Amino acid sequence: MLTKRIIPCLDIKNGRTVKGLNFLDLKDAGNPVELAKKYSETGADELVFLDISATEERRKTLANLVKEVARAINIPFTVGGGISSVEDVAILLNNGADKVSINSSAVKRPELINELATKFGSQCVVVAIDAKQIDGKWIVHLVGGKEPTVIELFDWAKEVEQRGAGEILFTSMNNDGTKNGFANEALAILSELVNIPIIASGGAGNSQHFADTFIHGKADAALAASVFHFQEIEIPDLKQFLKKENIQIRL
Amino acid sequence: MKIAIIDYGAGNIQSILFAIERIGFEAFVTNDWNLIKSADKVIFPGVGEASSAMEKLKESGLNILIPTLKQPVLGICLGMQLMCKSSEEGNTKGLNIFDVEIIKFSNEVKVPQMGWNTIYNLKSPLFKGINDNEYMYLVHSFYAPKNSNAIAYTDYETEYATALRKDNFYGVQFHPEKSGIHGEQILKNFLELPINY
Repeated sequence: MLTKRIIPCLDIKNGRTVKGLNFLDLKDAGNPVELAKKYSETGADELVFLDISATEERRKTLANLVKEVARAINIPFTVGGGISSVEDVAILLNNGADKVSINSSAVKRPELINELATKFGSQCVVVAIDAKQIDGKWIVHLVGGKEPTVIELFDWAKEVEQRGAGEILFTSMNNDGTKNGFANEALAILSELVNIPIIASGGAGNSQHFADTFIHGKADAALAASVFHFQEIEIPDLKQFLKKENIQIRL
Repeated sequence: MKIAIIDYGAGNIQSILFAIERIGFEAFVTNDWNLIKSADKVIFPGVGEASSAMEKLKESGLNILIPTLKQPVLGICLGMQLMCKSSEEGNTKGLNIFDVEIIKFSNEVKVPQMGWNTIYNLKSPLFKGINDNEYMYLVHSFYAPKNSNAIAYTDYETEYATALRKDNFYGVQFHPEKSGIHGEQILKNFLELPINY
């Protein structure tokens, strides 16, 4: 059977891994290639690299990093952050990335999803959606969750699927950073609504949260950053736990 | 050993190059007929949409060359699908090396299938040292139904052929270059096949 995926997310700034809470107090967390290798060797199913640098050099630095990661690791990885054109994506894929994740740029110009799906195939197009529940409605936010839009999560999810996204990475801003678990209610609705895989993100605090999001949230994959970086959860332990909970997992 | 990776503008070539490098071999990327013909091993990658990939293949005439190759050839993912008779995707006529019609998963399951799934009933030196039910990474919306060329199976919606073989031609639906150490072992097995197949 197809297994549920565990995906550590690495935040990248100027070619280095950084860690902090909610993008504040960022500390250098070492060489991304070494960290990626460690994760892949300990059972991560995929990796996501989120580039948060804002320098003019960023494109070149990121392309070099992607190449080094692709050389070193033997599992799939996704690259996101600041991607807004077919050209950006071509550079990343040509350097060995398997998928790219787009977020604000897709909201601002939804045709980008169609363009990428046509040119490179849906399999490499992940649309990341940050949303926050306000007065009972899940509202899509931009710029790492800072800027609200008028778009509702479920409408947008349906649209990105129709435009050719291969996967949705949904981050609940209500849950992100809380360590109280994933937004399973919204995830379950999402998973029924669209027929592409859903990655749950935001809220992981312990192993039970992963089991809950796979069972109650019907997520196909779960992403987390800090619990892995700060070694609060070790991936081999998490996978053993999930297996005991009868969740299909790759061991 | 000369290992050619066919370049026709529709493959995740860098990943395959790196995987081959990690297992101690070296490959080159080409669309040159003579270089492909004289290689000891040929890898035929592919990602994206079938009909446009087939068009690109035709532009360089490689659709004529590939079925005539005599050395071991390994199609990966869309590469494997294009080696079949046809694909439902874009109503595409394939290279007809495998007498198999590629069809789409239904909406009973999430499409694409994306992630790690098991391969079993392994029947080829390609899988030397690989246990039944080992996990491989797959990303695809279309699949090869069970057929007489099948040398491995995977379950998703139904039991389907996840690897094919006919004479010197091999095809795998999964991505050995992205499937951890076991995927690398399969690539290594392919590269170590005797040259006359």
